[in-house]
Amino acid sequence: MSRLQPAALGAALLALALQWGLAFADTYDDASRLFKQGNHAAALEKIEAAIAANPRDARARFLKGLILTEQNKPNDAIKVFTALTDDYPELPEPYNNLAVLHASQGQYDKARKALEMAIRTHPSYSIAHENLGDVYAKMASEAYDKALQLDRGNAAAQTKLAMIKDLFSSSVVPGKGTSQAGVTEARVAAAATPDANDKKQPSPKPLAPGKAETEAVLAAVMGWAKAWSAKDADAYLAHYAPGFQVPGGEPRAAWEATRRDRITKPKSIEVTVGSPKVSFDTNSRAIVSFRQGYKSDTLNTYGAKTLTLTKNNDRWLIVQERMN
Amino acid sequence: MAIAAAGASYAWAMGLGPPAVARQLAAPEAMLVRALLDIGESRFSSALEQIDNLLASNPNFRLAQLVKGDLLLARSRPINSIGNASGAPSDQVDGLREEARARLARYQIETPHELAPRFLLQMPQKQKYALVLDSSKSTLFVFENTGGAARYVADYYVTIGKNGLEKLRQGDKRTPVGVYHVVSQLPKEKLTDFYGSGAFPINYPNEWDHVRGRDGYGIWLHGTPRDTYSRPPRASDGCIVLANADLDALARKLQIGSTPVVIADALDWAGPGEVEALRTDLLTSIERWRRDWESRNTETYLQNYARKFTSNGMTLAQWSAQKRQVNAAKAWIKVQLTDVSLLLYPGKEEMAVATFEQDYASSNLSNRMKKRQYWIREGGKWRIVYEGAA
Repeated sequence: MSRLQPAALGAALLALALQWGLAFADTYDDASRLFKQGNHAAALEKIEAAIAANPRDARARFLKGLILTEQNKPNDAIKVFTALTDDYPELPEPYNNLAVLHASQGQYDKARKALEMAIRTHPSYSIAHENLGDVYAKMASEAYDKALQLDRGNAAAQTKLAMIKDLFSSSVVPGKGTSQAGVTEARVAAAATPDANDKKQPSPKPLAPGKAETEAVLAAVMGWAKAWSAKDADAYLAHYAPGFQVPGGEPRAAWEATRRDRITKPKSIEVTVGSPKVSFDTNSRAIVSFRQGYKSDTLNTYGAKTLTLTKNNDRWLIVQERMN
Repeated sequence: MAIAAAGASYAWAMGLGPPAVARQLAAPEAMLVRALLDIGESRFSSALEQIDNLLASNPNFRLAQLVKGDLLLARSRPINSIGNASGAPSDQVDGLREEARARLARYQIETPHELAPRFLLQMPQKQKYALVLDSSKSTLFVFENTGGAARYVADYYVTIGKNGLEKLRQGDKRTPVGVYHVVSQLPKEKLTDFYGSGAFPINYPNEWDHVRGRDGYGIWLHGTPRDTYSRPPRASDGCIVLANADLDALARKLQIGSTPVVIADALDWAGPGEVEALRTDLLTSIERWRRDWESRNTETYLQNYARKFTSNGMTLAQWSAQKRQVNAAKAWIKVQLTDVSLLLYPGKEEMAVATFEQDYASSNLSNRMKKRQYWIREGGKWRIVYEGAA
């Protein structure tokens, strides 16, 4: 089985190499250069011309898929890669990229199937294995959320799967700083080297901004609940932004005095934050909804609360507080 | 590699040896257990297939979702316990782990044909079923009345109080231990989603609980909210919670006012001879009490009552005085007992509960009532420690 694969790949490579032809190679190289420069529209125009001249040019169609991905047109890109897997089922790279696109849309099961196809054609294809591991982890996380009734809000569609940037080339395409939100982070990959030991240089994998911020916002809310539970009025009030909308429009000082009184009076307070959901208005404005449990020696209540926080000097502070 | 490690730890985490007894479980639970057993034997693909099939029909089966998460995560990195969700509330994960243990333990339950639960001494003809809750196995057993003898027919996974058994006080989040009866039915239309497909209140606190000053109220058998197939083994405020499908199946067997629910820490199986001997002993004692009452020999009759007897706040002395006075005025007494139910009371003290229809006739008064007596052993003899209308 494993002995047959290099041969199969070699045959495919040979067949494709014959199809390319020299004339189209120039157009392809132009498109590729424009793409690397970040000139996606021009690159797309060039590559369309190359494909029109030779509709079976796998490498050109592959590049078109990449350009569409960078242009944040995942559905169009999916069509291109799907057609490639239909026409060249023996090539693992289109499957891999298809998987990355599916995963970016939260379609983990489709992503898994595509990666399994990539691995079926090339069992030692390490990037696909790595990506499959990430997809499984993502699916696991979804199942856990269902098991534990967690709603992780906007954490969806944030994957860090590797998109293969080139077909039949060991040249390294650096991940551009141009990837738009929602598009997957590029993990640099040397393509078409079905060798488990190949030395890829993984580029730094920055966390998707949404996820890190979500955690920062949640940490702020937890800190607020903790200060309240500890009856630490100073720490509690420090969680409110200077521009906090005081309920009922009363003066801030009067509100603070009331809060201090309410927080220090009970013998004990326990505030819990249940099933928090975080969403973002803008990068520096978050809305957190949760089930607030409040238990003191005199009162025990439970209800839905929404906090709006904004980012001030790297700290998330409350600007609005509502019991729903 | 990663997956093999996961399998071994899974088995370890659940204290799971090879199953001693393989038995038939109902569909969703059987699929879950098969998946867990597959994991214990490193058949991960088969386990995931089972779980996926189960979730296709019961997507709200949270434990199955958790196991699915583990099976998928194990493909990505080594895992070493059940429930590897990062940042998950640990009490929720612990609850699901407990459920996994309980479900597996249920798979190994033996229901021997030749044995019967010691608690069910005699079932009257009209009473079709009796329930016994074994909290150590998170299981509610259903027994059918076959000519007075109890025959096992079904069992269901149940959730009990967060703090376990031995309810004493209101709000202690415990499930009572004792002999209870289903007293009413609350249809789902009258309940919130929390109670699922319906509720069947039981008579906690019962007569004996009142005698011992136990309080609290609202112990029900009920279903499960829509967002979950089941709840962890210990999660309720004292109620006995079943999956909705199980509650629906059980509901068809319940007779309001007569189906007994014996709640115990463990089901005690006994051979037919043992149950028979205890039954005969108790029936003889009841018959002696009946005859002594008819004889109008009040002192002999009072011998049937225990020193710490009470009835509606009366002590034995007050009861005795009243009986002497009432019986003296009678020329004759006839007492007939029918539909006698005899149940052994779970707990440390040896006690039995007799419930029957009492047809009482005398020279100056006749009545018919449903009576309940609690019998204890005192001085080597069964004696009545509580008596009153049921």
